[in-house]
Amino acid sequence: MTDATTTSSQSTSPFGSVIQWLLRNHIWVFLALTIVVFSLASPYFLTVKNMSNILTQGAFIGILAIGMTMVMIDGEIDLSVGAILALACALSIGLQPVIGSWPAVFVGLLSGAALGFVNGTLVALSGMHSFIVTLGALIGIRGLVFVYTGENALMVEDFAYTEIAEVYLGPLSLTAMLFIALALFFQWILSSTRHGRETYAVGDNIEAAHDAGINVKRHKIINFTLCGTLAAVCGILLSMRLGTAEPNAGKVWELWTIIAVVLGGTRLQGGYGSMWMTIGGVFTLAVLRNGLRLLNTPNYVELMVMGAVLILALVLDKALNHRGDH
Amino acid sequence: MTDVILEVRDITKTFPGVKALDAVSFDIRPGEVHALVGENGAGKSTLMKTLAGLHQPDGGEILYMGKPITVAGPLEARQEGILLIHQELSLSPELSVAENIYLGAWPTNRFGVLKKRELRQNSAKALKALGCGFGPDVRVGTLSVAMQQMVEIARAEAFRANVVIFDEPTASLTDNEKDQLFQTIRNLKSKGVGIVYISHKMDEIFDITDRITVLRDGQVQGTVDTAGTDLNQITRMMIGRTLDNYFVKAKAEFGEEVLRVEGLSNKGLFRDVSFSVRQGEVLGLYGLVGAGRSEVVETIFGVRKADGGKLWWNGAEIPLPTPRQSIDMGMALVPESRKEQGLVLMMGGRENTSLPHLQLFSSGSIMDKKKELETYRKYQEALAIKTTGPDQAVSQLSGGNQQKFVLAKWLCANPKLIILDEPTRGIDVGSKSAIHELIAELAEKGLAVIVISSEMPEVLGVSHRVLTMSEGAVVAAFEGDGLTEENLIDAVSHQPASVAAE
Ligand SMILES: Nc1ncnc2c1ncn2[C@@H]1O[C@H](COP(=O)(O)OP(=O)(O)OP(=O)(O)O)[C@@H](O)[C@H]1O
Ligand SMILES: [Mg+2]
Repeated sequence: MTDATTTSSQSTSPFGSVIQWLLRNHIWVFLALTIVVFSLASPYFLTVKNMSNILTQGAFIGILAIGMTMVMIDGEIDLSVGAILALACALSIGLQPVIGSWPAVFVGLLSGAALGFVNGTLVALSGMHSFIVTLGALIGIRGLVFVYTGENALMVEDFAYTEIAEVYLGPLSLTAMLFIALALFFQWILSSTRHGRETYAVGDNIEAAHDAGINVKRHKIINFTLCGTLAAVCGILLSMRLGTAEPNAGKVWELWTIIAVVLGGTRLQGGYGSMWMTIGGVFTLAVLRNGLRLLNTPNYVELMVMGAVLILALVLDKALNHRGDH
Repeated sequence: MTDVILEVRDITKTFPGVKALDAVSFDIRPGEVHALVGENGAGKSTLMKTLAGLHQPDGGEILYMGKPITVAGPLEARQEGILLIHQELSLSPELSVAENIYLGAWPTNRFGVLKKRELRQNSAKALKALGCGFGPDVRVGTLSVAMQQMVEIARAEAFRANVVIFDEPTASLTDNEKDQLFQTIRNLKSKGVGIVYISHKMDEIFDITDRITVLRDGQVQGTVDTAGTDLNQITRMMIGRTLDNYFVKAKAEFGEEVLRVEGLSNKGLFRDVSFSVRQGEVLGLYGLVGAGRSEVVETIFGVRKADGGKLWWNGAEIPLPTPRQSIDMGMALVPESRKEQGLVLMMGGRENTSLPHLQLFSSGSIMDKKKELETYRKYQEALAIKTTGPDQAVSQLSGGNQQKFVLAKWLCANPKLIILDEPTRGIDVGSKSAIHELIAELAEKGLAVIVISSEMPEVLGVSHRVLTMSEGAVVAAFEGDGLTEENLIDAVSHQPASVAAE
């Protein structure tokens, strides 16, 4: 409504551009705020060990959130990431005695890519909404995991496998490093490659993208495949860290993932978002969960706080950016 | 050089249930503006989409620079130098101007990594060649409609287009913007670009084009030189009859006052607007695009917040309503941009027509299918809406036929006051009079009607009383014998006193 004849007053001073960046990525301000609050509230919060914990815990949801961000900028959603994670986790442990550790990991990865590909193909070709398609996938794949594991947790036999994930660089675990590296890589994809531009174009105005000659179907299939693959990466890291594969692994993680991405500011309807936002959202979520637990908050209160924070973040986002209005 | 850039021979295109193009032949010469006219659904957009690679023809051939080509897709068309500027702007609001100019065809290296500098520089050059006042880094969503259109036109520079197709480009431009667009078109023309110009506005056709091709039901009725023809001949070719300049005006029998506003203001948009409208009366709001007419009615309806003013409804003063309250009171607003406001694209015309007022079509909670179908039939026939049936998804209809359903949907409602903002925009000349008749019918049923229009004959033809607006103020009111073209022109070309005084 506001676009009568205004061109946005793009401020060019460095100070102005910092402000602009913070307005778009206000989640980082919020993250800083939560860190300050919890540091004051609990002496155990701002310790190297706890920070390291937060980074690692956040990184699992974070890796899922990277793929989810790609899919969500496309204007789609993937509810099956938690289930894909569980399957990849189970395969990478269950297959070890049969084909060895690394081949098992590879098969786990492949399963994620394949399932993502199937999701994407169904969404692109059937015209059904991804919410429905991936909801079906969530149920079906989880069922598959139960069948495969025989409803029991699978244990790793070769304990060297669990040591892979024990690599630390200072307070950064392998998982945390991988998350940050992947997030930066995908941010680069979004901002500097053809695929990235396509992602925004498709999510923003799918007709314009189609009319401009972008192969929308192929594009969506690629992003769902990426999302499935990243979910498998997350599942494999989890299998290394835990040494077991629970059939219930990653349950409701898709919800946490979506919350993290939305909290970051990526728009649910697509066309707008970035990995910077998602990193901010992921760590804000991790800090909140960790901090509330340190304060011995009962579980239900924790859930209520998280819900309230999410809604607050959405309101704030609308107020700051006025982006919901087309 | 051949004297024809692009030639279409016997192109045929069939959609389920319609032959949209039936052995169409057509050619474009360098440096000419070639008009393509025809009723809503005649096949104009389909023909152009075929040239731009968005549809594949079922038969016939396309010759480009004398050689037969197949246009495999929109990217190929652009690479060849054929550019379509869409009926509905086709841009990504979140992306920058540069990214939109090269949408889908961004310069990259072998690995798909963007060459950002090249992208910016080339875009900046294209924008400069057009004399655009904005740079390549601006987000497109922040630009006005006219500027967004310039972004699409900049593609012509960026891809060195030989053929540029404009599909109803002036639908939402102000007069100034239209003049600028025409200047741009003349510049392209002087560079030897061949231009196709689709429009329902006949004055524009006669103003800017060199030749006119008329399409009717997917067939070419003929191509004539603009200089050697006139409006009558063209309309006869389009609709098979001439149009008498006869407007049906509702009988002037007015009842109680329905709406009155006094001193309504909205900062920066309009000020101190006062008027009233009675049952059975058609009130016209005339002014140039941008005079603030739409803003006034949007404020009355509650879509915009007023800065001041009073409102009476059925004689009682009430606070300015919210849109919900307006609807409940019995006010209906048909806005000028109908796309957003629009239709459920997957539903057919029948369901779309009854959608906002299901209570009219049901007893209890059971739908009266027969009545619904009858209503659909009535409007479909009256407005000559081209569909294959009551349940054809409206997404498959031509732009103008979609517009007609949006109108039908509001015209068949039973409000106390209906406000129509540019009711005949995008609608072919043949159906305009049908819409005027429906407006008269509403007034005679006792509704109060407000019609906003930039078309003088239309305003004069349908209204009992006309207010003219200029730069956000009501400058004059005319009725009876005062309703003449001279009076209206005179009124809008003068600075409003209240503005000049400030
Ligand atoms: N994708 C489609 N599927 C089915 N029918 C279609 C499709 N696109 C167009 N048509 C039909 O083809 C015919 C021609 O439509 P087209 O859009 O070319 O008309 P037009 O001349 O551009 O009309 P307008 O002036 O209203 O824009 C119409 O009857 C329309 O319903
Ligand atoms: Mg059309």
